[in-house]
Amino acid sequence: MKRFLLFLFVLLSASGAFTNVLAEEATPLADDPVVEQRLISISEEMRCLVCQNESLSGSRSDLANDLRQEIRTLIKEGKTDEQIRAFMVERYGDFVLYRPPVKPITWLLWIGPFLILLLGIAGLLIYLRRRNIEMVKTDLSAEDNQQIDALLKVSEKESSHD
Amino acid sequence: MIPEFGHYALILAFCVALIQGVLPLIGAHQGRREWLVLARPAAQVVFLLLATSFLILAWSFYANDFSVLYVAEHSNSQLPVIYRFGAVWGGHEGSLLLWIFLLSTWTVLVSQLSKSLDDFMVARVIGVLGLITTGLLLFVLTTSNPFERLFPAAQDGRSLNPLLQDPGLVFHPPMLYMGYVGFSVAFAFAIASLLSGRLDAAWARWSRPWTTAAWIFLTLGIALGSWWAYYELGWGGWWFWDPVENASFIPWLVGTALLHSLAVTEKRGGFKSWTVLLAITAFSLSLLGTFLVRSGVLTSVHAFATDPRRGIFILIFLALVVGSSLLLYAIRAPKNTMGGKFSLSSRETFILLGNVFLVVAAGSVLLGTLYPLLIDALHLGKISVGPPYFNSVFVPIMTPLLVLMGVGPWTSWKDSNLMTVVKRLWLAGLVAIVAAILIPKVMGDFTWLSSMGFMLAFWVIASGCLQIVRQAKAGLPTRSFIGMQIAHLGIAIFVIGVTMVGAYQEEKDVRMLSGETVSVGGYQIQFQGVSDEPGPNYRAMRGTFSLMRHGKVEAVLHPEKRNYFSSTMPMTEAAINAGLTRDIYVSLGEQLEDSAWAVRVYYKPFVDWIWGGCLLMALGGLIAITDKRYRVKLRKLVA
Amino acid sequence: MKAKFIIPLILFLVLVGFLAVGLNRDPHEVPSPLINKPAPAFELPQLADPKQVFTPASMKGQVWILNVWASWCVACREEHPILIELSKSHAAPIIGLDYKDKRDDAMALLANQGSPYLLAVSDANGRVGIDYGVYGVPETYVIDKNGIIRFKQIGPVTMELLNQKIYPLINELNKS
Repeated sequence: MKRFLLFLFVLLSASGAFTNVLAEEATPLADDPVVEQRLISISEEMRCLVCQNESLSGSRSDLANDLRQEIRTLIKEGKTDEQIRAFMVERYGDFVLYRPPVKPITWLLWIGPFLILLLGIAGLLIYLRRRNIEMVKTDLSAEDNQQIDALLKVSEKESSHD
Repeated sequence: MIPEFGHYALILAFCVALIQGVLPLIGAHQGRREWLVLARPAAQVVFLLLATSFLILAWSFYANDFSVLYVAEHSNSQLPVIYRFGAVWGGHEGSLLLWIFLLSTWTVLVSQLSKSLDDFMVARVIGVLGLITTGLLLFVLTTSNPFERLFPAAQDGRSLNPLLQDPGLVFHPPMLYMGYVGFSVAFAFAIASLLSGRLDAAWARWSRPWTTAAWIFLTLGIALGSWWAYYELGWGGWWFWDPVENASFIPWLVGTALLHSLAVTEKRGGFKSWTVLLAITAFSLSLLGTFLVRSGVLTSVHAFATDPRRGIFILIFLALVVGSSLLLYAIRAPKNTMGGKFSLSSRETFILLGNVFLVVAAGSVLLGTLYPLLIDALHLGKISVGPPYFNSVFVPIMTPLLVLMGVGPWTSWKDSNLMTVVKRLWLAGLVAIVAAILIPKVMGDFTWLSSMGFMLAFWVIASGCLQIVRQAKAGLPTRSFIGMQIAHLGIAIFVIGVTMVGAYQEEKDVRMLSGETVSVGGYQIQFQGVSDEPGPNYRAMRGTFSLMRHGKVEAVLHPEKRNYFSSTMPMTEAAINAGLTRDIYVSLGEQLEDSAWAVRVYYKPFVDWIWGGCLLMALGGLIAITDKRYRVKLRKLVA
Repeated sequence: MKAKFIIPLILFLVLVGFLAVGLNRDPHEVPSPLINKPAPAFELPQLADPKQVFTPASMKGQVWILNVWASWCVACREEHPILIELSKSHAAPIIGLDYKDKRDDAMALLANQGSPYLLAVSDANGRVGIDYGVYGVPETYVIDKNGIIRFKQIGPVTMELLNQKIYPLINELNKS
């Protein structure tokens, strides 16, 4: 039995199964990974105010560090995401949010793309319908069409040769 | 003395470009042959002058001539030679000179490769390009002269921002500008045909390869920029919807629409005025992008140092060029004739529908980018529009487009039987659904978003494979066909990359002492310590990490924390172990107490498929350009 | 000329209009949402005598100015003489909020260059700065008799600003 266990031990060591156990596993930088996760998801959608367009989550500036610490405190106090966002907006205005809040001045922003899409598709359909009607109106007789085709072939040959 | 020659060359180039712009256009209008024929030689002279000017600026950087203000502001004697060269376009003045030089390059290429085009058309095209060159040269000479002197000369330069001291700087801007500027050719062709009053299919045939070429460069330029940001910035992001990034992406979207629309105009003579409008719009967006980046109206890490005078000039230039083009369009476009007839279920309709989605996407990104400016201009306050907005809006618009991509190539010109199309595609649909269910399960976590991503990507791939199989039975496919398949495949690969990284990447932020390991994505990364490493113009703390799997060391990674002599901000150089199916990304943070270090590690599955997809798109375009229709013209030239 | 063909031009001209106006705006300037709201309460140790505290409530009944500064801030040096001018005019008392600074460095600066402040307080960890929406020093607030913030200046105070905005505002607030 002992020999078997020894053999097993050697086998497993060689295969590296104990790597994690023997080498120390690094500790997370954050004290509380759950809080940290929430911090990242909240601060990713906020702007670093002293940077040129970086998120609060990514920036390493002093103010960003301070604000992230502040948010950690708020999270530990049990505040909801909404409350934390409100906290930041109270002090820094809507500018700090990367996801523009939906209020009257941003209706155009949020509805805009879908409005343009609807207009585009509607425009397309109207154009296609009208075109087909036009085409029907100008439909020529079969003979006329043959004549036209012949003429076109000749002129195309000419223009592709210079 | 030498920089003055560079300046003189610019002034001369301005004069000749003025001739190139004005005389041929009047000549074409009045039928004056003597003025018409000035176009090509003028374009060649301008090219030579601008090449001279550009080389002189490059020489000033190479020779460390700090009596030139621009060199003193962007370079430094300790800067490695290759970055001294990249620094030529590291700032506003130099990058603008690069812009104009590339414009003149495209112009001279058009002048050389258009021997079989009629003289009036050539004159108009080169004339329009000449006018644009003139305007930009005026801008450079009055507000942005790169050869301005510094008296007394500086002892040494301020050096280049450490973030820019990277091979990315050498390739990304030139590639990007080749794309941006390349759309001017399609623009010039469009204006030329509006001016001549002949909006026929010939214009489309000529425009197509030039537009495709510009599109290829733009695709590569954007991809390079994204990849550069990924490995350079130290935290693994690859797209931030930053205003300057958007400024290059919006023309790309319109350019893609233009490519497809040109195909229809060339083959079927339809959509003429729509294609002309797209051609005008694509280049206008390039100009708009130039304005946004250099005028200071938007906040961005990419924005150049600003000066309100420059902003005003570019805005006036933009208003004149685009305004007059759109006015010309409004007057002349209605006169054109309609192309062939096509039904609602034809390929024409599908391409047009695809165009709608692309243009709507471009419009949405533009809306989001400009909205803060809009609100501020109306004194309604300051808001930010960032990635959450763009992601929420862009993805839903692109989804139907991906579906269309799988269907469109199955439809026929003029008319097609939709029932037949559906019958041929059912297998692709099945593959897509299977992928949507299986792959998330295999990756370990099912989310609707990732499922949809895989479904759309495999829909496109499966549809493409079925097309290839069908085509192979019918004989040898054309390069056009192959190009299309590869480009569409590229998009699918891109989507897979984005979906994988978005849904399944892992990130760990840890504090590490020497000997400790952190596991991520099935790998173990062991910290082996940090050593001091001097560099050419910096001092670095160089970390050593072993990347292991199943106890075996697969690679050793060396992320660095650099302190450049010319800057107070420390810079992070991440270490990446790249692979076909994943990147392992290690970034060194700050040194903590008791000799521990803050370390960030990422497992990014399939992230390289993002740029791989872009490479495939560009390759597809390249293959399409070498189609025999265009090669005939080239052979004729050489003969 | 069919009407729809002119639409692109019209849209473009509208865009140019907005861009032209936009050129005159500064995208970095962030207006404060605290205007016309009560100045956030705090209790901070005074710089000169840390055993003593200061709260904004003690300033009720008079118009006063809160200036956020630090010894490490280069732009604050620019505005320092202007603040001295302002303090000499006795228009309104100035309270200095020493932001994320070392007490010794701050005291030394005030000793060397003179102090425009009635008194200064230490915000060592920047917490109060966050409550006031501070994102870059120097920043200056004009607060009325009821403790409501009426004006915020981001960046150094200039003579022009004093004459055109601050003095008139203080006068107006004093009248009510």
